[in-house]
Amino acid sequence: MSTLLDVKNVSKQFTMGGMLSRKIVRAVEDASMSLSVEKPEIFTIIGESGSGKTTLARMILGLELPSSGEISFRGKTVSHRVGRAERLEFMANVQPVFQNPFEAFNPLKRIDRYLESTATRFLKVTQRDDIDAAMDGALQKVGLSLAEVRGRYPHEMSGGQLQRAAIARALIPNPPLLVADEPVSMVDASLRMSIVNLLKSLRDDLKVSVIYITHDLATAYYISNRLIIMQRGRIVEMGDARTVLDNPEHPYSRLLKNSVLSTEDAGAGKLATDPGMVALAGELVGKAGRLVDRPDERSVRVY
Amino acid sequence: MTQDILTVEGLKAYYQMNYFGVSREVRAVDDITMTVRKNEIYGIAGESSSGKTSFIKVLAAAIRPPMRVVDGSVKFNFKSGPIDVTTATPQQLDAIRWRSLSYIMQGSMSTLNPVRRIGKTFEDFAKRPLAASGTPYRERVLGHLERLKLPADVLNAYPHELSGGMRQRVTIGLATVCHPEFVIADEPTTALDVVVQKEVLGLIREIQQDMGSSVVFVTHDMSVHANMTDRVGIIYAGRLVEEGPTRQMFFAPKHPYTAHLVASLPRIGDTTQRPALEGRPPSLANPPQGCRFHPRCPLAIDKCKTEVPPLIPVANDHRSACWRWQDVAPLVKPHQAHGVMA
Repeated sequence: MSTLLDVKNVSKQFTMGGMLSRKIVRAVEDASMSLSVEKPEIFTIIGESGSGKTTLARMILGLELPSSGEISFRGKTVSHRVGRAERLEFMANVQPVFQNPFEAFNPLKRIDRYLESTATRFLKVTQRDDIDAAMDGALQKVGLSLAEVRGRYPHEMSGGQLQRAAIARALIPNPPLLVADEPVSMVDASLRMSIVNLLKSLRDDLKVSVIYITHDLATAYYISNRLIIMQRGRIVEMGDARTVLDNPEHPYSRLLKNSVLSTEDAGAGKLATDPGMVALAGELVGKAGRLVDRPDERSVRVY
Repeated sequence: MTQDILTVEGLKAYYQMNYFGVSREVRAVDDITMTVRKNEIYGIAGESSSGKTSFIKVLAAAIRPPMRVVDGSVKFNFKSGPIDVTTATPQQLDAIRWRSLSYIMQGSMSTLNPVRRIGKTFEDFAKRPLAASGTPYRERVLGHLERLKLPADVLNAYPHELSGGMRQRVTIGLATVCHPEFVIADEPTTALDVVVQKEVLGLIREIQQDMGSSVVFVTHDMSVHANMTDRVGIIYAGRLVEEGPTRQMFFAPKHPYTAHLVASLPRIGDTTQRPALEGRPPSLANPPQGCRFHPRCPLAIDKCKTEVPPLIPVANDHRSACWRWQDVAPLVKPHQAHGVMA
């Protein structure tokens, strides 16, 4: 099996403050993961805000440089600065989808302009017909069509349509990997499933791997193959999504699962979280520990 | 009835705009009739642009042009006397604001003034309605902070120094420090992480029960409604389409839209394909004829396209606006029906 993406012992530190009050924030510490070419999958990164999940995604996208460690894509290192041509090639292979479609698009720019510039840039097509065909092809994949989108501004479309258009834009260069940072957290409940189902069909029908970043455990369980759970920059549990979420082992994973609001007792008003659980998970913040493998193919951080 | 704190009757609130000779009317709230009882949490669910925010703006007496209340009434039955916010004078509204009628806002970062300490913001909010100053005022505020499990030194902090959960607790504190009888909560936990969300929801419920006040809780997240509310009302395209006790709404919904919302919720331990609703919410400037849900409804018949279904009682304390409410049951997944047995 050849690897598509390999993240090896990656750490990222941010230095905050001036000379006198310098503070180092360790956003991601020693993260490793890999995706294979042959088996497209939805790989989920779960964590709260401040867990480093977005920083990790930005490093995979090449928007941040890791402080240490290495990220390689198809065997080629991408984490240190590379030339413009290589950079473009990498960008054609790894495409982002951002959280809020209303902010991702410039409100004064027509949506098809984005699709068009992505097509001309990455596919090197210049003929009007080729550009249109590329745009329409990508839009069809997400259940839209060029006729619906052409000439429209972001405010003329609903949030769900806009997020689909954002995904279509990312699909134009036919990338093998999408990085979706909380793609459904700003979308209405009734539209959420249409986006999530779309990601699922991208994996099953188009063989696109997706790195899905979220804090929503329920959708993660629904679509992902494997997942990692991050707490304050450290991976605390990693493995098959069903195995981990059915029976989480790390205290923090257990706390997360326990905090998911279930509808089983609708109307009962059960909102208490076991304070012992919160305390136990809190104690482990900042402790190094080490990841150990379990027989069911998951890795858990132990202390 | 004395046990109702809020009675809304036939409320119609439209945005009426007239630019360059072109007039446009957006029917954001179209004929809503409902009541909120004393000491209950009433949930309002609906997607964006369904008119739920316009509706609660009317409840909060924040009716500003271009929005106008065209018809209907919104009557509160406060201890200080009954008041209809659609006709009340600004002086009358001032008298009830924060004291009786309060509002927890969505974004805690944009609600709190970033260059003002929390203590100062508390003074702005609470000093006048509480009609207290000096030690009694301070004691009252500190007592309230303690109930919210906030340390007293948050009063000296600036908003940016607090975490998201703490800031949201501060806004809840601001909204409840005067012990209002009626609180409107507009998506207070949407921006929060799962762990903090649960904590904040628990806190709102606790405070509500302590004070015996009524809460109208607005969010599009049905799993929050399941755990938070006593009754839920579903708004679709400016109309209340179903209303009932929370448990019944989840296990035996009587409107296809509610059935869809419940069926599309993903849950841990279940990977069966979840349906997504096709189409998009209708434009409120030009809503479809008949039942507004009919273009997306799996049960739609010809009658739905022409005649508006009235909101009628379908079960105990349960109302639905659907011509085919008796046929909704098969849309609910079998595993949810098991839940009723359990």
